[in-house]
Amino acid sequence: MTKQYEFKAPVLPYLLVLPQMVIVFIFFFWPAAQAIMQSFYLQDPFGGKMIFVGFQNYSKLLADPDYWMSFRVSVMFAVCITAIAMIISLFLAIQANKRIKFASFYKTMLIWPYAVSTLVAGVIWLFMFNPNVGVIAYVLKHTFKVNWQYLLNFDQAFILLTLSASWKQLAYNFVFFLAGLQSVPATLLEAAEIDGAKPVTRFWRITFPLLSPTTFYLLVMNLVYGFFETFPIIHGITQGAPGKSTGILVYKVWRDGVINLDLGSSAAQSVILMIMVILLTIFQFRFIERKVTY
Amino acid sequence: MQTTMHKENRAAHRLKMLRRAFPHLVLWVGIAIIVFPIYFIFSASSHTSAEILAAPMPLNIGPHLIENYRQALFEGTKNMGTPVLTMMKNSLIMALGISVGKIVVSLLAAFAIVFFKFPLRNFCFWSIFITLMLPVEVRIMPTYKVISDLGMLNTYAGLILPMIVSATAVFLFRQFFMSIPREIAEASQIDGATPMEFFREILVPMTRTPVAAMFVIQFIYGWNQYLWPLLITTKPEFYTLLIGINRMMSGADVQIEWQIAMATTLLAMLPPVLVVLVMQKQFIAGMTETEK
Repeated sequence: MTKQYEFKAPVLPYLLVLPQMVIVFIFFFWPAAQAIMQSFYLQDPFGGKMIFVGFQNYSKLLADPDYWMSFRVSVMFAVCITAIAMIISLFLAIQANKRIKFASFYKTMLIWPYAVSTLVAGVIWLFMFNPNVGVIAYVLKHTFKVNWQYLLNFDQAFILLTLSASWKQLAYNFVFFLAGLQSVPATLLEAAEIDGAKPVTRFWRITFPLLSPTTFYLLVMNLVYGFFETFPIIHGITQGAPGKSTGILVYKVWRDGVINLDLGSSAAQSVILMIMVILLTIFQFRFIERKVTY
Repeated sequence: MQTTMHKENRAAHRLKMLRRAFPHLVLWVGIAIIVFPIYFIFSASSHTSAEILAAPMPLNIGPHLIENYRQALFEGTKNMGTPVLTMMKNSLIMALGISVGKIVVSLLAAFAIVFFKFPLRNFCFWSIFITLMLPVEVRIMPTYKVISDLGMLNTYAGLILPMIVSATAVFLFRQFFMSIPREIAEASQIDGATPMEFFREILVPMTRTPVAAMFVIQFIYGWNQYLWPLLITTKPEFYTLLIGINRMMSGADVQIEWQIAMATTLLAMLPPVLVVLVMQKQFIAGMTETEK
């Protein structure tokens, strides 16, 4: 192999990376460092004094039943969204991948909702299920005699949040599953068909294993979405109600920082979340690496 | 004898028909799940507040469609008073600022990292790489403090710059640049072109497809930002559409002007949906290539 040709210039490359580096340092490293520092201090909300308290913000959090409740509900929320959104969109992608009429129409109709924002998804479902004006709420109350008051009932609130968050995620999963399915070689499936394998067998023995990198990738992305990116849905629909029971971790960071002005605790929560994301990323990279070296 | 055969034939035929219809059935159910909720808000945006509050609201398309959208676009709700046009302008500036800004900054950075050899190259690469890991949601408070220290609350720069951080675009372009034969760069040098001329005249035109893909994804990402504008925009003239919707929906159920809020919600969906529909091919390519 010949050596790759590279430009030689003493200053130019620095000028080229400068904008990106400035942004990364001002809006990424500086805030991240501040979060870590702040998490070891107590600060009174009206500016002014900072008192070093060591790990006190952390130990307080870990001893706080509210924090663990928030943690539990975040995990439940992320797992339910992942399961619902992935199963439905895989099923739809399998159908859309068949050689049928109107296939491209179906695909477009299932892909465009990717552009719908998380908040809008929340607002749409809030409107359908609002106890006073919602159409579905009306049916639930008058036809099924359900006492529908999601702001007072945790189960109802949780179901509503999960449904709207999963609804939003369908298109994203659909795009990836479809791309994954299209890369399964048709010849393999035809050979299996000639050998007499039934459709269900063909799916579980050939398609599903070949799809596993996509499935794993989506598993991680859906968990990340459910855990970190559903703030708009919580903020739009329940604001953590009833009580604080649907306040997932990301919502709690915001509430403790912005509303309660408990900056030390909020920073400590941010740091814990950062550690979680880093672990998740490392886990994902290691898994993919192993896949590649196979 | 003949009738049983006939019957069997018919049963087989029916089974075949069913198997043929099945995927269509499933896909229509899927489309219904997507479309019905949106139909409800469309219907709501065509009625009066009183009609919606007198639950159950009518499910047809009412006669107040134009009137409601006119109010939403030019006046907004009574309790907030920011018209959709203002907020749409803000959303558009934010989305374009984030998408275009990110593409420009990333193209330059990727160009330096791939085509130049310089002492701090690895350091730069890894500092950019690590930003992939941390979503904005986990570092909101400290970033907010930085923006407020820099006096960028209620400014477009404050809305846009922190969202340009993430490295996805740098990686996509780096990947693409590495697949370009280096002989092209060498030849341009021999022909007497400067590196910047090579970048402008040869490299950027070659990168059109990945740039288009990145644009779709980043435009949608930018348009749909919520938490960040919620934090740093306190003046109504800087509200983006999503913040406006949230402000319209706060307050008691009876006071909410549902028809205007729902019209605004639909209008807020429109631009990113159009971008996806028009650039569907680039969008899918961008999704499946960048995010893996």
